[in-house]
Amino acid sequence: MASYLIRRILTLIPLFFGITLISFAVIHLAPGSPVDVLADLNPKMTAEAKERLISYYGLDKPLHERYLRWLGRFVSLDFGVSFSADRRPVLDKIKEALPITILIEALSLLLILIVAIPIGAYSASHPYSAFDKSLTIFVYVGFAVPTFWLALLLLILFSVQLEWLPISGIKSLDYARLSLAGKLWDTSSHLILPVLLSAFGGLAGLSRYMRGSMLEVMRQEYITAARSKGLSEREVVYKHALRNALLPVVTVLGLSVPGLIGGSVIFEQIFAIPGMGRLFYTGVMSRDYPLVMGILTIGAFLTLLGNLLADISYALVDPRIRKGGRG
Amino acid sequence: MRNRDQRRRFFHGYLSLFFFLLSVALSLGGCGGGERAETKDSKRQPLISSPQPAYGDTLVEGSIGEATNLIPMLSSDSASHDIAGLIFNGLVKYDKDVNLVGDLAESWEVSGDGLQITFKLRRGVKWQDGYPFTAKDVLFGFQTITNPNTPTAYAEDFRQVKKAEALDDYTFRVTYEKPFAPALTSWGNLVVLPKHLIEGKDIAKSELGRKPIGTGPYRFREWISRDRVVLEANPDYFEGRAYLDRYVIRVIPDLATMFLELKAGGLDLMNLTPIQYSRQTDDRFFQRNFRKYRYLANAYTYLGYNLLEPKFKDQRVRQAISYAIDKEEIVKVVLLGLGAPATGPYKPGLWFYNPGVRKYPYDPAKALALLKEAGWEDRNGDGILDKDGQPFEFTVITNEGNPVRQRTAVVIQERLKKIGIRMKIRVIEWSAFINEFIDKKDFEATILGWTTGFEPDQFDIWHSSKTGKKELNFISFKNREVDELLEKGRRTFDQEKRRAIYFRLQEILAEEQPYTFLYVPEALPIVHSRVYGIEPSPLGISYNFHRWFAPQGLQRYERLALAP
Repeated sequence: MASYLIRRILTLIPLFFGITLISFAVIHLAPGSPVDVLADLNPKMTAEAKERLISYYGLDKPLHERYLRWLGRFVSLDFGVSFSADRRPVLDKIKEALPITILIEALSLLLILIVAIPIGAYSASHPYSAFDKSLTIFVYVGFAVPTFWLALLLLILFSVQLEWLPISGIKSLDYARLSLAGKLWDTSSHLILPVLLSAFGGLAGLSRYMRGSMLEVMRQEYITAARSKGLSEREVVYKHALRNALLPVVTVLGLSVPGLIGGSVIFEQIFAIPGMGRLFYTGVMSRDYPLVMGILTIGAFLTLLGNLLADISYALVDPRIRKGGRG
Repeated sequence: MRNRDQRRRFFHGYLSLFFFLLSVALSLGGCGGGERAETKDSKRQPLISSPQPAYGDTLVEGSIGEATNLIPMLSSDSASHDIAGLIFNGLVKYDKDVNLVGDLAESWEVSGDGLQITFKLRRGVKWQDGYPFTAKDVLFGFQTITNPNTPTAYAEDFRQVKKAEALDDYTFRVTYEKPFAPALTSWGNLVVLPKHLIEGKDIAKSELGRKPIGTGPYRFREWISRDRVVLEANPDYFEGRAYLDRYVIRVIPDLATMFLELKAGGLDLMNLTPIQYSRQTDDRFFQRNFRKYRYLANAYTYLGYNLLEPKFKDQRVRQAISYAIDKEEIVKVVLLGLGAPATGPYKPGLWFYNPGVRKYPYDPAKALALLKEAGWEDRNGDGILDKDGQPFEFTVITNEGNPVRQRTAVVIQERLKKIGIRMKIRVIEWSAFINEFIDKKDFEATILGWTTGFEPDQFDIWHSSKTGKKELNFISFKNREVDELLEKGRRTFDQEKRRAIYFRLQEILAEEQPYTFLYVPEALPIVHSRVYGIEPSPLGISYNFHRWFAPQGLQRYERLALAP
């Protein structure tokens, strides 16, 4: 197990730096530069002033030199200063946006798990029943409906017509003057729709995954064996089959880790949530290289970490993988 | 222009895509909404006939973009400048009728040769931290903006200054290399900084960018990133305390959400889109609770010809295309009537706008006659004009993410087709558009826009010395008289004389049609009806924000205790 682990980690290191190198090259090769945002078609901007800005941002240096400088800073966990006019450290900006995104994404992931696993398991144990079919339709509709459109419909219903929920943002104007319970409700009520909607889209994938994996398990011989022992169907499904069917779900969970910090541009845009998705989006649009690199690097790190954790937990629960790894 | 435009670009892209869906959603949602909300609101809405100004209340505005830096010289986006404009003052400002008046300067004197301006500053003005304001602050701001290490886009006007000096605490004098008429207007709020807070520090990293301290009617209270900025009235403002206690700018990047927030009562002010203005805000709920304003924005859209292209070198061809385009139709179809046809590079209604220039009403017959004169005729009967065996076709480029420009292109395409000109449309992502096509002059014609201001100088756009690579006269317009007028306009201080100069400039541009000037769009703000004191002017509505008020009894938010 230990050698398996070490091998996995060792392969991740070059992979990680490969990712940063490619990301760095790609974002710098894209047309445009942070100076354009300030300078394009601005009558007050002379060519000379533009040159000054270019050297101010260090964009006059060759690409490999910039990458090495970035790498040098990164090793000491310094992501540099944002190119946006606020000139704030990239890490500060990320720290500010991260909590709300993690909160929303974790809640919606939790909601997906709570709903998708029973749906998938039930569908698999009653395949092609009316219930299974209607669930299939439901999750596919959920998958297919443009969520921004659904979001607006729900906003019109719950916020404009019924006035139950606030529309946008995460805190009301008078938040500071609310009691503790009031604050709690204020934040929760702002989060209900975003969490619900982002879970809605993810439901389809995981529940279908669960159903498929469950169906496969149900065909295994040990299920037949369990049945022939005379166990009740309930016990067969929920005790023997479910546990094994959950294995692939672990992989999916591992893959969701980067999503936890990535956030969703669309939801954050619609609900005006000050999270990572919007931070990244505006960073890309204004060619804020340090910020984009910072987010990509953290994202790459978490993706690799998620994969690693998934592999480890896989190996822990399934001896075949450990042994296969050695062979 | 860039920033507002860019933000538009971000959001209009997918917005337009679901405007249709939104309208479906609104109709699905039922019409009951307006009715219900009306009963909820009706108790506070008997309109007051003579409202008495009162202190208190909060105004909440929605903005699609977030401010970046609240030190004016460091940011170039309108969100930052709108907020910073309430916190900082300049030496001069525009009054309601677009005359330049004193702000932190009480008066000024321009020397006879136009080379020297001496400002007499207001006494007794304090920075919001209590420190007195003096000429040293102005000098410091000037030194900062001209410092090559300051990342600012606005240094150019101040580089014309040969010498700046603070003669005493309340006298500030600048001396120019050459007479420079736009000089006076440049001493607005870009350049006055609190020396005692910034001196010796790197301004780009100064925390003042996030917690500004100015001399203006509002002072900074709170900034939650990507969520909101909160300002409160400055009780010591030298023109008297603002009426509204608090001004909150909420960042809502999605225009549809912003509109719902307005409907639900979460916002008091936002800028409407033409479709929201003309189709979605006329029911009784909106009539009761909001007031809509419309005024011409400081911008215009044009069809610019690359004058290095042989076919566009002929003035008659350009005039013909101007006759062939129905500008009224573009305003009606693309802007839903919320705009005006443009006749030149200035906004109608300003002192330097010349209403008497040659106009190009829709006249396809005249267009054809002019084209025939220029040698373009449909000789082979294929419906396309030709000359020397070449059909008349060209490609117009415009930038991605601006659906209004793209729709304009389609309307023009249709009109030109009718007289036998084949126009292709190519939409290109902004950075590539500028770097690969405009900067390299690799285009035949383009649909673009300029923002304009209250200063007529447009040297960079029309002067023949500005036709180099990456310069703004990218259509390569060269006219000796225009060059002379532009130079003279910069040297002349007398408003009457300047008016004559720029009137002539507009005549030449109208005759030559280096651009077909298309339209001036309108700004469409909507404000909650409890807010009084709004007096629309060519400047817009927000120039007298500190005089806005909500009368007692209509106020909606609790009063704030403002510590002096």
